Amino acid sequence: MAKLILLHFILALLCFFADAVFEDQVGKFDWRQQYVGKVRFAHFDMHVQSSKKVLVATEKNVFASLNTRTGEVYWRHVDKTGPEGNIDALLMHGQDAVLVVGNGRLLRSWDINIGGLNWEIVLDSGSFQSACFVGQQDSVKYVAVLKKSAVSLHYLSNGHQKWVENLPESETVQYQAVYSGGNGEVYTLGVVPHSHITIVAYSVEDGEIIKQISVDAPWLSNIQASCAVVGQGMLICADPATVSLYMLDLNVQSQMTQIPLQSLGLEVSPGFQPTVVSTQPNPARPPHSEFFVQLGPDHYQLLQLNNGQIVALRDFKPAMLVSFATTGEKTVAAVMAPKNKTACSLNLFSAESGRRLLDTTLIFNMDPNGGKPEKLYVQAFLKKDDSVGYRVMVQTEDHTLTFIQQPGRVMWTREEALSDVVTMEMVDLPLTGTQAELEGEFGKKADGLLSMVLKRLSSQLILLQAWIAHLWKLFYDARKPRSQVKNDVTIENLSRDEFNLQKMMVMVTASGKLFGIDSKTGTILWRHYLDNIPSNAAFKLMVQRTTAHFPHPPQCTLLIKDKDTGLATLHVFNPIFGRKSHITPPALPQPILQSLLLPLMDQDYAKVLLLVDDQYKVSAFPSTKNVLQQLQEMASSIFFYLVDSSQGRLSGYRLRTDLSTEMIWEVIIPTEVQRIVSVKGKRPNEHVHSQGRVMGDRSVLYKYLNPNLLAVVTESTDLHQERSFVGILLIDGVTGRIIHEAVQRKARGPVHLVHSENWVVYEYWSTKSRRNEFSVLELYEGMELYNSTVFSSLDRPHPPQVLQQSYIFPSSISTLEATLTEKGITSRHLLVGLPSGAILSLPKMFLDPRRPEIVSEQSREENLIPYSPEMPIRTEWFINYNQTVSRVRGIYTAPSGLESTCLVVAYGLDIYQTRVYPSKQFDVLKDDYDYMLISSVLFALFFATMISKRLAEVKLLNRAWR
Amino acid sequence: MFFRSRAPVLIPVRMSCLLSFKLSVFSTVLLLLCTRFVCCNNGRRVGDALDAEFSGFSVPLEHSFEVDDVAKFRVRGALVLKAGREPSVSLSQNQLSEEDRTKLKEVAAVDGLYRIRVPRVFLQADRQTERQMEGYLTAFVRACAMVESHLSDVIALHTDVSGYLIGVSIVTFPGACRGTEVEDEVDLEVFNTTLSIMAPVNAPGPETALFLERMEQELERKGKNPQEQKSFFAKYWMYIVPLVLFLMMSGAQDQSGGGAGGGAANGGGR
Repeated sequence: MAKLILLHFILALLCFFADAVFEDQVGKFDWRQQYVGKVRFAHFDMHVQSSKKVLVATEKNVFASLNTRTGEVYWRHVDKTGPEGNIDALLMHGQDAVLVVGNGRLLRSWDINIGGLNWEIVLDSGSFQSACFVGQQDSVKYVAVLKKSAVSLHYLSNGHQKWVENLPESETVQYQAVYSGGNGEVYTLGVVPHSHITIVAYSVEDGEIIKQISVDAPWLSNIQASCAVVGQGMLICADPATVSLYMLDLNVQSQMTQIPLQSLGLEVSPGFQPTVVSTQPNPARPPHSEFFVQLGPDHYQLLQLNNGQIVALRDFKPAMLVSFATTGEKTVAAVMAPKNKTACSLNLFSAESGRRLLDTTLIFNMDPNGGKPEKLYVQAFLKKDDSVGYRVMVQTEDHTLTFIQQPGRVMWTREEALSDVVTMEMVDLPLTGTQAELEGEFGKKADGLLSMVLKRLSSQLILLQAWIAHLWKLFYDARKPRSQVKNDVTIENLSRDEFNLQKMMVMVTASGKLFGIDSKTGTILWRHYLDNIPSNAAFKLMVQRTTAHFPHPPQCTLLIKDKDTGLATLHVFNPIFGRKSHITPPALPQPILQSLLLPLMDQDYAKVLLLVDDQYKVSAFPSTKNVLQQLQEMASSIFFYLVDSSQGRLSGYRLRTDLSTEMIWEVIIPTEVQRIVSVKGKRPNEHVHSQGRVMGDRSVLYKYLNPNLLAVVTESTDLHQERSFVGILLIDGVTGRIIHEAVQRKARGPVHLVHSENWVVYEYWSTKSRRNEFSVLELYEGMELYNSTVFSSLDRPHPPQVLQQSYIFPSSISTLEATLTEKGITSRHLLVGLPSGAILSLPKMFLDPRRPEIVSEQSREENLIPYSPEMPIRTEWFINYNQTVSRVRGIYTAPSGLESTCLVVAYGLDIYQTRVYPSKQFDVLKDDYDYMLISSVLFALFFATMISKRLAEVKLLNRAWR
Repeated sequence: MFFRSRAPVLIPVRMSCLLSFKLSVFSTVLLLLCTRFVCCNNGRRVGDALDAEFSGFSVPLEHSFEVDDVAKFRVRGALVLKAGREPSVSLSQNQLSEEDRTKLKEVAAVDGLYRIRVPRVFLQADRQTERQMEGYLTAFVRACAMVESHLSDVIALHTDVSGYLIGVSIVTFPGACRGTEVEDEVDLEVFNTTLSIMAPVNAPGPETALFLERMEQELERKGKNPQEQKSFFAKYWMYIVPLVLFLMMSGAQDQSGGGAGGGAANGGGR
């Protein structure tokens, strides 16, 4: 019976692990930001005059609708990653948005009001080239899709295929564009590079070839890049070689007419490929006869096709970007021109005449820490007086979208670079002015007793003042309803809170833009765009100096490395304000193999960063005399390792006093059998509170806490499901000693791994059972410690005991991380990012290789959960309740000032920040703690004792008198 | 991005620096003592051992200890490896010459390294030519640890699943450098090596079979014992119901505004 009660007790105990939030706590400690990615296509919803939508299709394979008033996401559809979900084209007509997805694999139609799918059809295979609407008699009924060797026509209403036709001579001719002018014909334009253009016209009704033209064009190689259809079916191409435009009437078979640009009085910038920009606002009608020709990087010319003659309307120089926009029957051209160094001006011009429209100037202030404008999307509308008004959405190089209204009011900005966070760090906020004042007192050198006393008094006076101000504010705020108390966070009033729960999130994005985000509210406090970032750059962010060393400013260093060449640059900045540091980082002429942040500090409390180049020479940053001297003293105990996964080589090096290195160990894993996929050490800021585990019989099992231990994961090159395996090696990073070597047979990657304390947890795909499995390795020294005072890799002759256990996990996972707390007293949880967008907080207790298969008295004493092969997923373990995080790529954990609390940031397409309490909030009073009750009880007791004391005195006195 | 091809990491190491200084003082004393001894080298050549046995084959085990820490590897012994299902290894090695002994002590005095290396080999190959591969696997210990442990070291060779040698490790026992003097020359003559060859262990998968078996046993046991079959509530309802009632009543009274709920509960009670 006792057993049963105990079992139930354990079950009840398990239930208490639930740390789901209460309803009223939603959004109190957590926030989520949704992003869409770098915009590839954008269309304003024009079918209703007062519409507030802009539809965007992005390079992250997201199709979304944004609110043009606020910039918020109305709805969003996240497709598969990679080429499978790639959005090839976005066409918009009325309420329908037609998307071609996955290199022409799927054709989808969405209702733009609610974001619902109208229809979806699978297209025939073949690589996608182009798509367009096909209209007839002023109504748009069809979509034409051009593939490499076929063209097909689909009904817009239901997606059914009307006809599909093979393209003639598709082996030699590259068909690149499809066009329809609303006259019952569909034109496909193909080119044989440097030979001729082929134009095939199909009948809309039955797909019959009406005519087929071949025109010599030996100068043309790409239609999409240099041609456009203008007016009543006139193909206009630009040729940089002869500096001329070529004209071809699609309706009449003829030669191409050459019009030298010089004859129009135009000149092309040397080496520039001119392009033609035309507009076709209604697919049922032919394009407008006005078009732009870009003649140079900042030079555009508006031209008109008038009765077969090209007329120059207006010259725009300098002009950075141009765009056509149509509202009602009016078509305008928006031109962005630089005004001064920090601002651009936009103006509207009538497309027909090229005249500037009055009162249409709009100023776009460029962020000095942002990129240059890249694309311009114009939303034109008719005002009440029938004049044209407009708003613009500007896309800049740093993937930022800015929506501007006249005369230059920024309605919203979206930092889409944040959809691709690569790495991040959390930095403590600085102390408040008063706290800093107090700190400063200790920092300065003593100058006489009296002045020190005075200084102390003055600083304490300031503290008192601040405290009173704080109390006053508390009192003042308490009278207001909670919803009205708003603390706008700005960079000026940033300061550390009592428990260090608010931190600065420094985020590095793939586009090279850095962000400083307040962790409490998610406000972007600073941004800094680094231009000249190579597209395949690898980033490593290091905190060289924390905020703890007032008055020295905190300092972060970002190592940017080109993956191909290995050449690296350093960007040193202040993580609180985002400003570039005045310290000039060293130039790095050699490719960098490895970087390591030492716990050594220079006299300004900046940690020393060592960079190892391909000659195995080491350079230090900062490299002051003090640092070099320290390095010389410490050299013999500075070890590092290099991994060359292409050769399967792991090698260890030791630093010499002259900052050269020597190789001291080498492990080679033959690449024929397996390849190294990941090498993970432990986090340097991790603390382990208890050295061992108390067993059921009161003896202690000591943990093997090797700070230099590396977990190396390999995957077999043989992918056959019977022979594939995942290897796991535990190697000491100093001595190169292989501590443990295990093989998980019939398993495959991707392997996700967490390495912390004395354990390694990894997840893999079991090919035999076709499921995901978790495995945990724990290392113990045994019942006694070899050397309890200090750990040295060079003096631990006994190999540790390794325990391992595996479990079935009912879901695949995206990423894995472990919680981290200040002192490591709180029990650990694993944070598992699931592909569904949930983040699971899995107690480490469930991943314990000592979970017994047969329950004994001792294991119960230890509170071990009996082994069960399946790991549960409980919905109350989802720390982000219904706030799903799309495509989680990484989870970052940071300790807070409270031991119970760990800050968590999950990033992927979205960013989600929250706090977790793995052992519940044992050091914090609850939110709904009844202060009134406890204080009234205290007061009542106090008065009761006072009164009873008095009464007792009176009684004693009376008795004495008797 | 899970892995960068040269993953950077920081490895902090604590080592005593004072110790090496002390050692250097001791070793100069030792050097004077050394000169009086006459070295007896039994003169067995390594080449003799190289005659491979039927299934085994031999590779050299080399070591290096130099005062200036520039590796110069010399033959220390010969490893005889036997391939097969369970690979085995044996080692025949020379004694340390007097010259080497003094050098080892000198190296220990300056806190130099004692390195070993073995060539990369493939154990499961049939022919000698296929066995040898390019490159070496290296490992090290501090020379002082080697001296203080009187040349008793533990060498482990690690292979991967298919029989390639991937790493070698060496530790001495005891492993610490305490700066104790090694007076007796004989202690530094003969290697006392423990040698092992280790293949990767098979990591366990989820233990479903055992778990199911246990579940069945439990079910059976419950089936036999009808007393156990009763649920928790069925057995203890007489304790639970009053407890729950009591909690409900007290809870209802606690809430000042919850008069209606409390009233209903009371009514139910009557």
